[in-house]
Amino acid sequence: MSGLPAEVQGWIGEKRYPIESEFDVERSYIFSSCASVENGNPLFWDEKAAQKITGGFIAPPSMISVWFRPHFWTPDRSEEGKPLQCHFDLKDSLELPEAIIADNTIVFGEPVRIGDRLSTYQVIRSVSELKTTKLGTGRFWVLDVVYENQDGELVGTESYTGFGYRRES
Amino acid sequence: MNANLTIADVEKGQSLPDLSVAVEVTNVVLGAMASRDWRPMHHDKDFAVERNGTRHVFVNTPHNAAYFERYITDWTGPLGRLGRIKFRMKDSVFPGDTMVFSGEVDDVRVDESGCAWADVRVNLHVGGEVTTECTASVAIPQGEDDNPWKRRGEDWQP
Repeated sequence: MSGLPAEVQGWIGEKRYPIESEFDVERSYIFSSCASVENGNPLFWDEKAAQKITGGFIAPPSMISVWFRPHFWTPDRSEEGKPLQCHFDLKDSLELPEAIIADNTIVFGEPVRIGDRLSTYQVIRSVSELKTTKLGTGRFWVLDVVYENQDGELVGTESYTGFGYRRES
Repeated sequence: MNANLTIADVEKGQSLPDLSVAVEVTNVVLGAMASRDWRPMHHDKDFAVERNGTRHVFVNTPHNAAYFERYITDWTGPLGRLGRIKFRMKDSVFPGDTMVFSGEVDDVRVDESGCAWADVRVNLHVGGEVTTECTASVAIPQGEDDNPWKRRGEDWQP
């Protein structure tokens, strides 16, 4: 691919930045999330309904990224963890100072259950040739964030299409 | 929330009921905290105005996603199981805005595993302008004895 650094070519398809969530999936955040949008779905509030339909309480699927957002502070952390680190790696390596996320798709797998300890990794799926858009000249990339539970089952994949670019002078 | 919808109740072109939400600072901050997003543009108006150049704090992406999930499953009932959701955010939502969600069924289909799906297109409008476009696929029971949440492995192909 024209002009793509060997470093970036090596990243494509590689599992990168595997991490485990800092805490187990818990109901208090689920209640807060449901309260913030007035989601009265009985799967999150009614034990009998949850038992009958999903075999017990689950988390709203849209919360999938929540379980990986770092605590605001911990006593032993020296630097802040960045979600979507691959996105920033591509910006830096390709020397593209600006970047946007053009769209975001989430595909849901096994339900996330109370007490699950999830893990995640990132995969760069593709990086385009140089393109010129109204924003500037740069490259599109597709980045997956894959989420699994403690049994190695896929619970979801977020796919982001990013565009890193340099403004036209 | 709707009683449980079955796929026989759904047809292409069908409209989902509109949902209107008046946004207040409390909504925005609660959504940010619930999604563990501590960034100041979602709770500190001075920061949002002076550093982000926006007119106020604004709704963050996971909070937006939670609204779309609520909107879709309010329509399906609890047996509706989201399989896939895609967003394109075009503008931010601020305190004082009234969000209006509207949706339409793009397609109704049954996949190879026998799972019934409604593909829906949902728009979030503020003041008549679309601020977020969303498409989603939600599994819906084929009948009273069907439960999409029981599907696993090869039987779940979102």
